[in-house]
Amino acid sequence: MPSKRSLLTGAHFMNGDVACAEGAIAAGCRFFAGYPITPATEIAEHLSQRMPEFGGIYIQMEDEIASMAAVLGASYAGLKAMTATSGPGFSLMQENIGLAVMTETPCVIVDIMRGGPSTGQPTLPGQQDVMQARWGSHGDYATVALAPSSVQEMFDLTLEAFNLAETYRVPAMLLGDEIVAHMYEKLVIPPPDKLRIVNRKRPNVPREEYMPFKPDEDLVPPMACFGEGYHFHATGLTHDERGYPQTSSSEAQQKLVTRLCNKIRKNEDKIIRVEETMLDDADVAVVAYGIVARSALSAVRKAREKGIKAGLLRLITLWPFPEKRVAQLAEQTKAIVVPEMNCGQMVLEVERKAKETPVAFLSKLGEEPHTPLEILEEIRRNS
Amino acid sequence: MRVEIKFAGFGGQGIIKSGIIIAAAACIHGGKNAVQTQSYGPESRGGACKSEVVISEEDIDFPKVVEPDVLVVMSQHAYNEYVENVKPGGTIIMDPDMIPHEVDLKNAQVHRIPATKIAEELGKKIVANIVMLGAFVAITRILDANAVKESIKENIPKGTEELNLKAFEQGYEYGKTLPKSQA
Amino acid sequence: MVEQVTHPLSKYLRADMMPHIWCPGCGNGIVLNCFVHALDELKTDLDKLVVVSGIGCIGRTAGYTNTDSFHTTHGRAIAFATGVKLASPELEVVIVSGDGDLFAIGGNHFIHAARRNIGVKVICANNFNYGMTGGQLGPTTPLESLTTTSPYGNIEHPFNLVHLAAAAGAIYVARWTTLHVRRLTQSMKKMMQKEGFCFIEVISPCPEIFGRYNKMRTGLEMMEWFKKASVVESFSDPAKAEITKEKIVVGEFVDTQKLSYEKLFHEKIAQINERSIQ
Repeated sequence: MPSKRSLLTGAHFMNGDVACAEGAIAAGCRFFAGYPITPATEIAEHLSQRMPEFGGIYIQMEDEIASMAAVLGASYAGLKAMTATSGPGFSLMQENIGLAVMTETPCVIVDIMRGGPSTGQPTLPGQQDVMQARWGSHGDYATVALAPSSVQEMFDLTLEAFNLAETYRVPAMLLGDEIVAHMYEKLVIPPPDKLRIVNRKRPNVPREEYMPFKPDEDLVPPMACFGEGYHFHATGLTHDERGYPQTSSSEAQQKLVTRLCNKIRKNEDKIIRVEETMLDDADVAVVAYGIVARSALSAVRKAREKGIKAGLLRLITLWPFPEKRVAQLAEQTKAIVVPEMNCGQMVLEVERKAKETPVAFLSKLGEEPHTPLEILEEIRRNS
Repeated sequence: MRVEIKFAGFGGQGIIKSGIIIAAAACIHGGKNAVQTQSYGPESRGGACKSEVVISEEDIDFPKVVEPDVLVVMSQHAYNEYVENVKPGGTIIMDPDMIPHEVDLKNAQVHRIPATKIAEELGKKIVANIVMLGAFVAITRILDANAVKESIKENIPKGTEELNLKAFEQGYEYGKTLPKSQA
Repeated sequence: MVEQVTHPLSKYLRADMMPHIWCPGCGNGIVLNCFVHALDELKTDLDKLVVVSGIGCIGRTAGYTNTDSFHTTHGRAIAFATGVKLASPELEVVIVSGDGDLFAIGGNHFIHAARRNIGVKVICANNFNYGMTGGQLGPTTPLESLTTTSPYGNIEHPFNLVHLAAAAGAIYVARWTTLHVRRLTQSMKKMMQKEGFCFIEVISPCPEIFGRYNKMRTGLEMMEWFKKASVVESFSDPAKAEITKEKIVVGEFVDTQKLSYEKLFHEKIAQINERSIQ
């Protein structure tokens, strides 16, 4: 089929939602299903225009439950697929995020966080869904969540989310916030041959020998798609390597669920990404992510100007959480400051690893993130 | 040096667009770094609306405006809300016809641009924000006029270039002829 | 030595997933039987068939058919299948699920898929209750029926599924009982040759659960009810096809044609890209 197929390249001035949509297209995403919701709607709007230009599918479903289900269907039909939403929709998606975990379906879920709970403050930012991204669906699982701090990262990390989803056969989440999503900033898109694009591992055994949930050494099973003649079965029930339901075998449950968790845990070192600024000699470390990390960076710089040895650990990967690095930091520093736009979520993870080192939490809700001065003040108090 | 600019008015005046045009001018055509952020209510039209721009030669960490160097304001409501928050010695560029009630400001340079009136004379009230941008460029000299004109062309509907550039020129000329300070 | 006998239709089934979980007298086996007969008569390319089910007794059908198959969360089979069909329009996508799955928890997906005319085919085994969880009332439970959650008699008006499907825009709508195996098989064949959203309701006996509470304790007794009450009325008004103790109107209700969503979408893609090339 003839196609425009003109991937954007070069420098652009655009907002985070549009950058995310372009990142998806650059990653090879060719299916989007979603439901309008502030502040993520611009992603859907942009993709409704761009997807057909690449021969891809855009569909507005009847709700976010259906959107997530359709994304799974498209992924099993062989396309890279995503959806985008905000808190209320993210809640509805949790059911089929669980199904994606259980059936090891590669897909990307973008959650542009706004103020919650419930309908909350639709046009204002928040960081209140970070624990939901980890634990939102029932049962045990491990997955991947990334937190962009800039328009550039809305592009880069969307692409990275697809790479992680395809590598580990998991639903990968991008947790933006309203500010990063609506903010306009410069975005530089490299030419397509400079982008690292990962595609799911394909079966390398004869069709009759293929077992859809038999993992390789990296704990990830190669993935066949519908229509290729493998005749495989997948189910949300606990299953064996053939994909057949095993609803009363304790052994099957132990084996499957442990592997689903371990395929992320044991590959943590390859997945986790953080950005470190002036931490080498820091007495006080700030741990922050998303838009708040930019206030924190400004605060840390101001602190250094005043002679306070402060540094910043910016979490790019929220899940899996960089436990080892935080534990090291706790040994090195006198205190850790954690500012978040919620009532204390990632700080719980920091505290879990900080042991004796005091952890100061700084909450901010509503329209504005913490100002640099507010974080500076907290650094000063703890220095 | 970091410069913070706040555009404020009500929904439908092109406030958000003003911020985007200025930030894009700085960043794509002016060789600087720039970030635009915004806030708006649930209403598409009529509600309070602001658009913030940070321009700097260096990397921009905190993208929000804390204390604006320049406030460009086009409604009484926005004026009341933000005028006290301008940095001491900062610049206020306002449309006096939209803001009948002013407060006495001790430490600010106030420039009154009848942008809505000028835009009406051009036949389209909707370009009042672009008139304000012309005045903004002339008064602050933060950006080159040509860079802003390029940015305007990229950020407006096709077919409206002539009108918008005319609006920009008129605002620019008006801003240039104003005495330095009217505080 | 015992000679291994292979059933002529065994290639359509996953023998290693047997025995199935269905009770004696259950109609689900008949539904599956008619389905594989239809596949066989159509010489369906099994490599290009995807069977999707939701949760419930009949939901196990996806696992029992030897094709690519997916067993979704409760109610989401149609939404999942929508993604499959749009991503790969060349695949035949058939959803086999139950009345509770498709019309209570999944009701919204049903009406919207029908409205959009997504080219997926839906077979609903309607057994008037939630069998797998022990017989609770559902969206098709007849008035005054006894279930474990309507112990004083059901006061909820049931859906007339063929009317609902027709009103929502399905291009093919039929209803049969598990007694009408030949007509049901023919109907399934016809449906699979159509392009667009199609729906077949199969009235199916659940003697162990629904029947037990409603004085029809065996499959035979339930089938006798179907026999006595069924009236074939081809292309009658689906609005008047409400199921009562006395009368079950069966037959085809809708058989029409309109462009499917996936066809329209892919035509748009072609148009957009032709325009951009000119």
